[in-house]
Amino acid sequence: MALHDLTAHELRQQLDSGELSSQELTKALLERIEELNGTLNAYITVTAEQALEQARAYDEARARGEATAPLGGIPVALKDNLVTRGVRTTAASRILENWVPPYDATVVERLKAAGAPSLGKTNMDEFAMGGSTETSAFGVARNPWDPGRVPGGSSGGSAIAVAAGMAVWSLGSDTGGSIRQPAAYCGIVGMKPTYGRVSRYGLIAFASSLDQIGPLTRDVTDCALALNLICGFDPRDSTSVSLEVPDFTKALVAEPKGLRVGIHKDYFDQPMDADVRAALERALKVLEDNGAVLKEVSLPSTRYAIHVYYLIAPAEASSNLARFDGVRYGLRVPGADVPRMMEETRSRGFGAEVKRRIILGTYVLSAGHYDAYYKKASQVRTLMRQEFERAFADVDVLVAPTTASTAFRLGEKTENPLEMYMTDYFTIPVNLAGLPALSMPCGVDKDGMPIGLQIIGPPFGEDKVLKAAYTYEQLAWPTGAGRHWRAGREVAVDVR
Amino acid sequence: METKDLPGAPAAGEPAEGAQLSVADVAKVAAQARLRLTDEELAKLSGQLSDILRMAAELKALDTEGVEPTAHGLPVYNVLRDDAVVPSMTQDTVLSGAPEKQDGYFKVPRILEEG
Repeated sequence: MALHDLTAHELRQQLDSGELSSQELTKALLERIEELNGTLNAYITVTAEQALEQARAYDEARARGEATAPLGGIPVALKDNLVTRGVRTTAASRILENWVPPYDATVVERLKAAGAPSLGKTNMDEFAMGGSTETSAFGVARNPWDPGRVPGGSSGGSAIAVAAGMAVWSLGSDTGGSIRQPAAYCGIVGMKPTYGRVSRYGLIAFASSLDQIGPLTRDVTDCALALNLICGFDPRDSTSVSLEVPDFTKALVAEPKGLRVGIHKDYFDQPMDADVRAALERALKVLEDNGAVLKEVSLPSTRYAIHVYYLIAPAEASSNLARFDGVRYGLRVPGADVPRMMEETRSRGFGAEVKRRIILGTYVLSAGHYDAYYKKASQVRTLMRQEFERAFADVDVLVAPTTASTAFRLGEKTENPLEMYMTDYFTIPVNLAGLPALSMPCGVDKDGMPIGLQIIGPPFGEDKVLKAAYTYEQLAWPTGAGRHWRAGREVAVDVR
Repeated sequence: METKDLPGAPAAGEPAEGAQLSVADVAKVAAQARLRLTDEELAKLSGQLSDILRMAAELKALDTEGVEPTAHGLPVYNVLRDDAVVPSMTQDTVLSGAPEKQDGYFKVPRILEEG
């Protein structure tokens, strides 16, 4: 099996036994990027020199016996809304096209301290606003299983990189499904941790009450290793929580007996591809046949999640993106005076989707509309949180679809924003309630495109999510973790 | 597209009233957000934003009388830290990304009309 096919924990063994160096691994992945990035456009910026230098430093530290981090030496890709000192960070926007940040995000500091070489910055929807990576100012990205389809979004490049062997693992951000949905479309594991679990310091803000950084990996074990590295309190993010972070690998226990799985009936009553529905039902049956207990839960207000989200997220975005004004960093387009300079800069710097959300957010926050829209949405958000709280009194996790269909074709939904927004129906409630949730592969459809299964846990119940996910992974992929996504992918990429 | 055809929309028959955003409304809000749009963009946005607001108006069907709004998912309401002096970025570092600077300041075009 090629190096770019292996999981981080498999590569760990090779690095530890000395049969592989981080430099060899990093070179192999850079070659893979060179080969495929022209087609898939997963990376906006590749940092080959830096990655090789970090790999060399890791190999030297390991030779001295100083490198102990489980993900040390294992190359990673970073979504291009995570700021990196000295490496251009664009958020896939023209307005930040040439911005070189003077500091590192907290998660980037943690990766560096662990000795994980960073291969580069991945493509995304502009400012993470989108579900297909088609709003990027740096060109659309393509799904490695079928380059005629989208990889999902907004963390599309981070999902492609892991699925196509252009990185072993990656980080993305999830505001309404932006890690889980591309993970589902690309046939990998993607997790949004609980709001507050991971520092957002250095994550370019979209909607601050919803944004959360999380990992995209090839299996559940790698997901636990990545969480161990990135979770934890950070005084620089006042919403990061000072709770002790458990060793998440301890949750990797396959134990279906007695697992209480919640089913939200409305989710299964929604229009859904027949193949997606069949795959979900198969997954639930596998769990039930092995001793899990399925229980129906009641979450009536999730029907309004999209409504709430498309008021709250644009409102927060309009405020967060006010900072891009051509004064302190990023693009400046000259103008006769300050207001005209700002207007020129923002009008040329932002793309259509970003403008749409800024205008919507400015409108719903304006005097006379605030109570009807923003306040009402925030109250419904409370109802939703309370319903989830009640549901988790009876069950360990909820199992749900990640998306109603598999990856759609490029251009299929770009003309109708509402239709694009609806692709987040199953993922958005998790962000509104601040819960942890993971998407993992549970089969392929008739076209061979991967299908995602979503597992949702109570606040700070990442261990419960991981345990359920690991249990399903061991039951459903008996030939070995990751076999599933490996089955179709090489063929798909070679067909280009 | 009719919102009632989409998953998540309440059953047909419920009032789907909501603000209709005219082209002039969109232009006004855009100006407040320091954005200038072409006539074509304005027309397109007025339709798209009206659709979104029509969907949002369906929230009226939910009774939220006396419900506290949620600002974010955590039960954290105030965060305090020690009032201690810690190192911060140097002036040069902070100015490193400035489009224009002079004498340690960010430089912008004139703000006041000439008198």
